[in-house]
Amino acid sequence: MIEAQHLTKRYRDEIAVDDLSFTVQPGVVTGFLGPNGAGKSTTMRMTLGLDAPNNGTITVNGRPFAEHTHPLREVGALLEARGVHPGRSARNHLLALAATAGIGSARVDEVIHMVGLSDVAAKRVGAFSLGMGQRLGIASALLADPDVLLLDEPVNGLDPDGVRWIRNLLRGFADEGRTVFLSSHLMSEMALTADHVIVIGRGRLLRDQSMADFIASAGATRVRVRSPQAASLSDILHRHATTITVIADGTLDVDGMTSDDIGIAAAGAQITLLELATQAGSLEEAYMVLTEQAVDLHTHTIRDEDHR
Amino acid sequence: MTVTAPTAPTRQRVVESQPVTVSRAVVSEWIKFRTLRSSAFMLAGACVGMVAIAMIVGWNTRTISAALDPEDIVSSAVLQGYYLGQLLIGALGVLFVSGEYSTGMIRSTMSAVPQRTPVLAAKTIVFVTVTSVTIIPCCVIAFVSGQAIISHSRTGYSLSDPGVLRLVLGTGLYLACIGLIGAACGWLVRNTPGALVTYFAIILVLPGIFGNALGNLGKDIAQYFPSEAGRSFVSSLQTPYTLSPWTGLTVLIAWVAMGLAMSALSLRARDI
Repeated sequence: MIEAQHLTKRYRDEIAVDDLSFTVQPGVVTGFLGPNGAGKSTTMRMTLGLDAPNNGTITVNGRPFAEHTHPLREVGALLEARGVHPGRSARNHLLALAATAGIGSARVDEVIHMVGLSDVAAKRVGAFSLGMGQRLGIASALLADPDVLLLDEPVNGLDPDGVRWIRNLLRGFADEGRTVFLSSHLMSEMALTADHVIVIGRGRLLRDQSMADFIASAGATRVRVRSPQAASLSDILHRHATTITVIADGTLDVDGMTSDDIGIAAAGAQITLLELATQAGSLEEAYMVLTEQAVDLHTHTIRDEDHR
Repeated sequence: MTVTAPTAPTRQRVVESQPVTVSRAVVSEWIKFRTLRSSAFMLAGACVGMVAIAMIVGWNTRTISAALDPEDIVSSAVLQGYYLGQLLIGALGVLFVSGEYSTGMIRSTMSAVPQRTPVLAAKTIVFVTVTSVTIIPCCVIAFVSGQAIISHSRTGYSLSDPGVLRLVLGTGLYLACIGLIGAACGWLVRNTPGALVTYFAIILVLPGIFGNALGNLGKDIAQYFPSEAGRSFVSSLQTPYTLSPWTGLTVLIAWVAMGLAMSALSLRARDI
């Protein structure tokens, strides 16, 4: 479990995280969303005690991360910025981290195998591709079989196999009752993986709710109708619908009416319907609606990702 | 909001892990040190350079003539390679720390040891141990081989002569200490170029300016810089503006202690 209370972080004059409170529950995958510079990476760094908040607290399983005697076992983290010396081999990098927790080389080789780096483990990390570097970061997060996984953009640079592997891994972690907190800009991937979302903008909490509720919050659902008498149908529906968009010859997108209402109205006027389908809202849509509402998000300077 | 039972006890742990301690951090830092080729290159460079310079000095001073400076014929003359040694060992100390910051490794390191100061302690222990274990024997070899060349032509010095052992072991100790000043520059400045510049300013530039450009007061101040204070311990030649050997060593160690204390404070107070 990760709990943030009134978390605030300022860099010189700029406020990166602003009175942010949330709880990341165990047993579910929680997605962390927000535009660039919203404060996601800063929040993750504060979770790991790398940056100290100016105000408020953030705890992992009940205490500040730095107070845990087995830090690697509490949190396995992958930060967006690379944390590896390019002159060292992947295996030696992991051995050095593992040594701080008394974890031996057998486990190191095991995680190397899990992430599919066995063939290149002896190579210098400087020669790694983005995807290989990402796999190494995931391997280091998994080293001590942690209770909490904290992953910043974990699927960056991964191939489709890798993306699916991560998705299953995170689901498995959550199903075992562990805490999974990940950020990503890939909305379609996030929609598949996360059960719950925390959305922030300019360092403030915008949403903290289940994925289903968040998607539903995107607002009016849209219904697609196909009919040979589209023009007459359009005339009838105009009285109730908010907007009707002609998509193609004979196909309309109707906002502001349910599919039931449309079906009944069409039957009343003896209009033939060939297709009547509710378009499910998408995470991307919900996210865009929310962040467009939050004024000024787009012109905000990119502070978070720039910070070191 | 749903409340879920604590997770840790219900899940079977597949990985045994131990609490973080300074000794585990030492193991980790030792792995880091020996798995970078640059560490070995710099250490080897310092060792080879010091032995080579000892032999060259020995050859050039095998016959005493009026052209030689007093500095070139005293017992510490063949150990003058420490000038080169302090550049390489200091850079090694800087890079051992600043390399973590410049590559981002520091984030991984401090996520594994979030108490932070055990990392400082571990790096200090590993650095002192590694440099002492390699540089002290190398100083003995340098001294003995330089004197061996001299002894074909004139009477030189042996390790059993009064004060000589202090010079030889002291040169190794000096280099370990001066390397820690480099490491402290790394902790405080963090980026590699800045830390190197700071180190060279403290070791070479500032004592030079004070010693040569600012009169007697400047000379008085210059002798308290770590390199000058340390020099009084590793040279058998005393000048009006050098501290006595043991005062010099005390001043050098005080610099190291101050540098490490400032590093610890900075490490605790600043964001990574």
